[in-house]
Amino acid sequence: MSIKLSNIYHTYSKGTPFERLALQDVSVAIAKGEIVAIIGHTGSGKSTLVQHLNGLLKPDKGTATIDDMDITAKGQQAKAARQQVGMVFQYPEHQIFAETVFEDIAFGPRNKGFNEEEVAKAVREAMEFVGLDYDTFAERSPFQLSGGQMRRVAIAGVVAMNPDYLVLDEPSAGLDPRSRNAVFREIMALHKSRGIAIVLVTHSMEEAVKYANRMLVINGGQVLFDGEPAAIFKEHGDELVQVGVDVPQVYKLADLLRHKGMSLPEGIKDEMALVKAIKQAKGWK
Amino acid sequence: MMLTEITLGQYFPGNSFVHRLDPRTKILATIIYIIAIFFAETPLSYGILTAFAALVILISRLPWLLVLKALKPIWIIVILTMFIHMFTAPGEHVIWSWKFLNVTQEGLDLGLKMAVRLILLLLFSSVLTFTTSPIVLTDGIENLLRPFKAVGVPAHELAMMMTIALRFIPTLLEETDRIMKAQTARGADFANGNMLQRLKNMLPLLVPLFISAFRRADELAVAMEARCYRGGEGRTRMHELAYGGGDYVALALVLALAVGLAVLRWGKLCGLSS
Ligand SMILES: Nc1ncnc2c1ncn2[C@@H]1O[C@H](COP(=O)(O)OP(=O)(O)OP(=O)(O)O)[C@@H](O)[C@H]1O
Ligand SMILES: [Mg+2]
Repeated sequence: MSIKLSNIYHTYSKGTPFERLALQDVSVAIAKGEIVAIIGHTGSGKSTLVQHLNGLLKPDKGTATIDDMDITAKGQQAKAARQQVGMVFQYPEHQIFAETVFEDIAFGPRNKGFNEEEVAKAVREAMEFVGLDYDTFAERSPFQLSGGQMRRVAIAGVVAMNPDYLVLDEPSAGLDPRSRNAVFREIMALHKSRGIAIVLVTHSMEEAVKYANRMLVINGGQVLFDGEPAAIFKEHGDELVQVGVDVPQVYKLADLLRHKGMSLPEGIKDEMALVKAIKQAKGWK
Repeated sequence: MMLTEITLGQYFPGNSFVHRLDPRTKILATIIYIIAIFFAETPLSYGILTAFAALVILISRLPWLLVLKALKPIWIIVILTMFIHMFTAPGEHVIWSWKFLNVTQEGLDLGLKMAVRLILLLLFSSVLTFTTSPIVLTDGIENLLRPFKAVGVPAHELAMMMTIALRFIPTLLEETDRIMKAQTARGADFANGNMLQRLKNMLPLLVPLFISAFRRADELAVAMEARCYRGGEGRTRMHELAYGGGDYVALALVLALAVGLAVLRWGKLCGLSS
């Protein structure tokens, strides 16, 4: 079970002076159950890349397949394949349109052909996942919610379609730290309980390290690195800085301390782990 | 096709003679040319007009394909106009008939003439919008309308409204594209179904679009007021428009074209040409 992009190219506004090659020769496979973070400088092509994962953009050259089914093809089968990939855009709350939270979340499942009973069940589960209480929110107007709550409604609208893959383009942009953590906690819970593959576009290296088990670094429309986040930061730190991607603070500090002669274990992912490791190395309580 | 790739009325940056002309020159020239189109009668005058338009396109170094693409949205209107004239114009020399439909030589001539007129009109005005950035264009319009302020034409307000509208067209198209993609990913279908169905299917697109348009308008109004915008009274501008040598040459050429065509048409009556 996987999505495969093979040698894809994408050019925007072909044949005008605004022509822009946004992706060149990108090959990526995303398997079911993975958590993949995609990072890169602004304008490097991250959003363009993920929109090829469910056929919203068609490659100029190359192929996009889900389980060997051409995503961009016409017909019901290809459409069904595309709908296995849920897509949460930047500022997804801007896509909300219905009169009640329930109706908005139900839009996707209904389009997918669920019957009313299944729709109700899917909406209830999706709302639970994103931490919105069903009885409190289902009948409220989505436009009277706070920004963070609206974003959850939008994410629930995608989750309710029961996708096998969930692509999120900067899901935490513009949220306060607490809602940000909450959104990620919910996404991870989803991954655990349903085994959904998660593709996460982010500008935050901390998020990438903390949540992903694989990382793609995009630069100038090409995949620069593809591998385990910690390993990439360790081996290619200087190159990353050169392409405008920063190494997480925790890594920098840990590296610095190692240089100064402190013996710290590998694979420290966040502040808490670092604090623990330092205490251990120093023998503090 | 992506929505952002519509060509009609889009600026095509360049640095040709035509691009560098003052916007007022280009607007006036376009108006004079359009008037000249209605002077034309004989195939000779249409030939001259076509050659003139071709020359301007050549000098402006616009890709031919782009200019021809601008005709795409109106070719149906052109053909319709042509047929209506062909079938309805009165005339004696019937060259083809079927049941109650008659095509006369006069009708055919008139139909072709109207089609050519429409095409030339659109070609020439699309050169104006292709070679002039929208902001500069509205500057030119405001400037040309200024004399009419005395009779109550709100020149500045009109120009500001146009500038803002033009500024937001690409943004709204982008937004439409984005929301359409988001809803497509949720299984929305904008292409199929009957009229009513399709209208209903548009709701998930239109509602967010209106909300975002209102939000943007609100933000813009606040931003403009925060920067002390208080209308056109006493406003100075960063780029003052100024005519140069090229502008006089260009205007003289179009004027010559219009006068020439007028002479071709009415000269005989006044005994100017043989
Ligand atoms: N609709 C479009 N038309 C023309 N060019 C586009 C369009 N969308 C993106 N581009 C261009 O393609 C390139 C890649 O854009 P993309 O949106 O994929 O970048 P990104 O990595 O997602 O950036 P960000 O981090 O800012 O979201 C950019 O240079 C951008 O200017
Ligand atoms: Mg992006």
